[in-house]
Amino acid sequence: MSALSVRGLRKSYGAAQVVCGVDLNVAPGECFGLLGPNGAGKTTTLKLCLGLIEPDAGTIELLGEPVPRRAREARRRVGVVPQFDNLDPDFSVAENLVVYGRYFGLAQSHMKGRIPGLLEFAGLTGREDAKIMTLSGGMKRRLTLARALVNDPQLIFMDEPTTGLDPQARHLIWERLRRLTQEGKTIVLTTHFMEEAERLCHRLAIMDSGRIIVEGSPRELIAEHIEPHVLEVHGPGYEAWMERAKRLAPRVERVGDTVYCYGDDIEPALKAVGGELSYLHRPASLEDVFLKLTGRDLRD
Amino acid sequence: MRWLAVWRRNMLVWRKLIAAAVLSNLADPLIMLFGLGYGLGALLPSVEGMSYIAFFAAGQLCTATMFTASFESMFSGFARMQGQKTWDAILYAPLTIDDIVAGEIVWAASKAWLTGSTILGVAAVFGLATSPWVLLALPAAFLVGLAFSAIGLIMCVLAKGWDFFSYYMTLFMTPMMMISGVFFPADQLPAPLLAIAKLLPLYHGVQIVRPLVAGGPPPQLWLHAAVLLAYAAVGYAAAIYFARRRFAS
Repeated sequence: MSALSVRGLRKSYGAAQVVCGVDLNVAPGECFGLLGPNGAGKTTTLKLCLGLIEPDAGTIELLGEPVPRRAREARRRVGVVPQFDNLDPDFSVAENLVVYGRYFGLAQSHMKGRIPGLLEFAGLTGREDAKIMTLSGGMKRRLTLARALVNDPQLIFMDEPTTGLDPQARHLIWERLRRLTQEGKTIVLTTHFMEEAERLCHRLAIMDSGRIIVEGSPRELIAEHIEPHVLEVHGPGYEAWMERAKRLAPRVERVGDTVYCYGDDIEPALKAVGGELSYLHRPASLEDVFLKLTGRDLRD
Repeated sequence: MRWLAVWRRNMLVWRKLIAAAVLSNLADPLIMLFGLGYGLGALLPSVEGMSYIAFFAAGQLCTATMFTASFESMFSGFARMQGQKTWDAILYAPLTIDDIVAGEIVWAASKAWLTGSTILGVAAVFGLATSPWVLLALPAAFLVGLAFSAIGLIMCVLAKGWDFFSYYMTLFMTPMMMISGVFFPADQLPAPLLAIAKLLPLYHGVQIVRPLVAGGPPPQLWLHAAVLLAYAAVGYAAAIYFARRRFAS
């Protein structure tokens, strides 16, 4: 049985089709990534899965419950980390957890017992009485994660969990998310960071304009869509160099003032780099797949 | 009873900020009650068989209850819904927008009730309301609170920004206060204005509370209570309708 199964999901706002026929299948214990540029329909898809908005068409089953009909029952066993922190600014760290537990019908005495563990998980031990305003961005994010765990959920939705965090804070969140999947929890996350998806997700789907364009493990997607080696070249004379590179590398493209060469064997092109040109030789990444499939145009 | 968690959340915040909350909700109306009551009262003979300050106390009880209910449901409600996104956070839990609307309305009515009942207590201490009948003003204040909380919450879920509430306050609350018999008996108004007053909730609140302060049963008690209840019930349904619409997009 899937933890989350979505078939033919559609949602429009007026004339704008935001989600146009999405199918998803997330297995229990899996960390599943939903990637896509801004406006791809990721957040709307999450909201539909939570039963917060009604779909125009399609079926959703979340932890065995049909959504939106039994969304409330499903949400009992689900945690949510939203894109923007919405902690209660009038409450302390511990009060935020107690009050949030009440929304799940959890008594204060029960929550008191759970708080030390949740704070330990969030790296906030000793901060019970801190005001939300005194917390750094990373601490707020971790508290939001702890809040999403008050009901010991089976599945956690995370909408861009590390946006705006510094590398230290981001690595800590990643470590915690891995811990959660090791404990058998299912995670569905959206992100803009390909590195994050590559590290965390067992499987992912890339979404654009309301549709899922590819789905698979990060490695499968890279192997399937991009040559293993990438050479980036820029600097004075890059245009002339590009003409030569076209004969040396299997695939060459230019973006702005940078030339990208892709191939199984990139050595001939690499040897040809000289003069004042700068270069970067690296393995192909999920970001290359993402940009190839969704294009390089800016999304607003 | 899922809405109770929302009510308790607001109550916990109120307890933390109690000094400012009590000051603004109680000091203001009491200063006005004694200032206007004694000041104007010195110039006026008895009104409807009561001292002016006792007459005004009944009106002021309802007005202050209305203001507390309206400010809480509009301004504080909007801060929670729009500014802090507290409602969004609650919706991830097994609560729905209907639960939130119910919790917010009952909370604002509770806070308003506290304002109304404290004014009643002060009036009793000063000998302005001495009959046991006045105890019935306690449930009446809650009913006034419910009616205005429900209307206020409609405004909250319809609002695009803070300035929207100025329209409601200036175009609805202030004129209503003038024609609902708060400061002077409503039946001395021109007939069309009195007819309008009778369609509005504040008039009916005053019509219940004033006879109780005077020490007797209010004439047509059930009619007045029914109007307030109707405002609360229809307002609640409309607030849910507009809240669902707002959160569906």
